[in-house]
Amino acid sequence: MNLLTDPVTISHYLIVGSVMFVAGAVCMATKRNALGVLMGIELVLNGANINFVAFGSEILARNPHYRLGLDGQIIALFVIVLAAAEAAVALAIVLNFYNNHATVDVDRADELKG
Amino acid sequence: MEINWHSLYFLLFASIACIFALAVVFTANVVRMAFYLMLSLAATAGLFFLAGADFVGAMQLVLYVGGTLVLLVFGVMLTAQSPFISIRTGGGDWVLAAIVGGLFLAVLIPAAVQSGASHENFPKNVAASEEDAVSADTAEEPASEPTAARIGLALLGAPADGSKGGSGYLLPFEIISIHLLVVLVGAAYLARPKRRATPEKNVAEES
Repeated sequence: MNLLTDPVTISHYLIVGSVMFVAGAVCMATKRNALGVLMGIELVLNGANINFVAFGSEILARNPHYRLGLDGQIIALFVIVLAAAEAAVALAIVLNFYNNHATVDVDRADELKG
Repeated sequence: MEINWHSLYFLLFASIACIFALAVVFTANVVRMAFYLMLSLAATAGLFFLAGADFVGAMQLVLYVGGTLVLLVFGVMLTAQSPFISIRTGGGDWVLAAIVGGLFLAVLIPAAVQSGASHENFPKNVAASEEDAVSADTAEEPASEPTAARIGLALLGAPADGSKGGSGYLLPFEIISIHLLVVLVGAAYLARPKRRATPEKNVAEES
């Protein structure tokens, strides 16, 4: 049970980030519902955010040569804001598609015309 | 056995985040996907708090869980007619996705372990006097300070963590403000009410 007694390092955070990233990528690739694809995008951005916060954290960084300062956390903040903006536009597109075609199945979106 | 409470809470939040992220992938019901995603993102906010990023963790809860996910749930509720709640993908697609996902994970996890390890092992043979003070400081658990004031100062242009020169983040802050305005206008125009199309024949037969 060395997970319970040893302090948490950056590697643990990076592994969690990579699991969430891969889950989001598989979700984007396999879901047929357009909103499922959007949820995959949110998972991917969140996995990247975990990476940013782990490298910009002051508790986890033991090596004084590799201190990133607060840059990682500020970049994570910008990623959160950009993800919210992109989710809003993507939802507007999905709602438009639903109003025009009465379906959210991405397999039906195979015509470029309107 | 001396339990490191920080590690225990990390294990709890990390397992919740990973398990519900995988649940989002494997469930077919879109309403359940939205709820599992909410739980997963709330657990990552806990992970942020444990890493000492208190402001980013609070913003994750406010903006991501309380804003973006609520928007997603609105979208789910507006489009959740009964044929679209559970759209299943074919079996062949799942096999291909599992293979690609497994390969991806097999590449990412050793990279994650290796880059974290190089972060940890600072060279022991550098025993100069200025290194001793710093390495003695990092021998215990480093304490965390509140980050909100320093992040606020950095967003206004003054790097407040004494880091290696450079400017603050005022320009990205202004760019994001204009970006959000443009996104609001664009999304409102895109999603304006229009004449709704009638449902397709084969969809309407089921109801």
